[in-house]
Amino acid sequence: MAKITYITSDNQTHTVEVQNGLTVMEGAVQNDIPGIDADCGGGMACATCHVYVKDDWFNKIPKKEDGEDDMLDMAFEPKTNSRLSCQIIVSDELDGLEVNIPSKQA
Amino acid sequence: MKKTDALIIGAGPTGLFTAHQLKLIGLDCEIVDNLDKIGGQCIELYPDKPIYDIPAVPECTGEELTNNLLNQLKPFDVKFHLSERVEEVKKEDNNWLVKTSGGNSFLTPNVIIAGGVGSFEPRKFSPKECEKFENKSLFYSVKDKNIFKGKTVSIFGGGDSALDWAIELSKESNVNLIHRRDEFRGAQATVDKMQALVKDGKINLFTKYQMANVYGEKTLESIDIKHDNDEIKNLKTEYVLGFFGLIMQLGPIANWGLNLNKKTIEVDTEKFETNQKGIYAVGDICNYPGKLKLILSGFHEGALAARACFKLARPNEKYRFEFTTTSTNLLKRLGKKE
Repeated sequence: MAKITYITSDNQTHTVEVQNGLTVMEGAVQNDIPGIDADCGGGMACATCHVYVKDDWFNKIPKKEDGEDDMLDMAFEPKTNSRLSCQIIVSDELDGLEVNIPSKQA
Repeated sequence: MKKTDALIIGAGPTGLFTAHQLKLIGLDCEIVDNLDKIGGQCIELYPDKPIYDIPAVPECTGEELTNNLLNQLKPFDVKFHLSERVEEVKKEDNNWLVKTSGGNSFLTPNVIIAGGVGSFEPRKFSPKECEKFENKSLFYSVKDKNIFKGKTVSIFGGGDSALDWAIELSKESNVNLIHRRDEFRGAQATVDKMQALVKDGKINLFTKYQMANVYGEKTLESIDIKHDNDEIKNLKTEYVLGFFGLIMQLGPIANWGLNLNKKTIEVDTEKFETNQKGIYAVGDICNYPGKLKLILSGFHEGALAARACFKLARPNEKYRFEFTTTSTNLLKRLGKKE
């Protein structure tokens, strides 16, 4: 279980507890947090669950695997700290993670 | 105007199998899809990725699944209208009048929406100012490459489309290629070819840059691109091309008076009918308690919606349930019996 904070583009913060094994994307969708579309349902095939991970966390969470950066090429306003939230799997180590949701997914 | 028993919106796996079910029970149907090819998400998003949960098919790729469904449709004559988006669905007496972006119109008692997560549209640049030049000096696809002859073209993207066009246009245009990182996801041979052209000074490559702004009165004059380290560069350019892949948008479906839940359409589980009589939704786009977004669910939903279509298309006939193993009627339609 980890407490994850999602910050929307209008600076609303949503802190929710997400079960281990779920993804950061699922944590947002299941808690009705706005701004994460996840059109493809977590298949790393659409880049509509794009988030920015706060710098201190970016290097702590498991690294991107093959293909994630290819999808991020298509995301709306990608930055160096961009991730697809469907590829970040929640564990105890992620307790306190903060992610920013972009103003749009496409 | 074309008359048909049922119009299917979406040529993905669910739309294809729904067509099979309609034809099997003796109804005719036509299919409209916004993409230029058949297969929907299976072809556009994961043609090479294996799928492991199609019943009785232990493993197949998106492309194989599409080809198998097309094979299954071979006994039947199903008309496809590709690269057309359904723009309007309007009630006309007991029928629906459906108009597409390609200028086709259909009169039908049944409309089956098998639209996945909506229609595929190109992903666009984020600065709002870009809209002003869209389809004039800024494009998301190339229709006539001759307009770029002798001009400066700035191409954005890191996939095969961006690379292929950079290579092609570098023959007769001044080409800038701009990408957000150093790695390219295009085929290695294409990346090598592009790098060689960069070395020869035929392509100006800017990596770790993204579009920041566009300038010009009537026509585009220059653009600002911004580096990861916030440095801004101004490039004189007459044309801009953006290749960021496709995104699914619900699009005009939102205006047809259907009960929506987020990006999905509410249906009943008997006919998969929406709140509008004669409009059904099947596959990923429909929503009901317990809905699973699996291809196999789409097949079931399409089979039931097809039976519901029969009542509206043949109000004076009674639908009789039959098996393909034994029914002479069905075997005749399948071309297995004279």
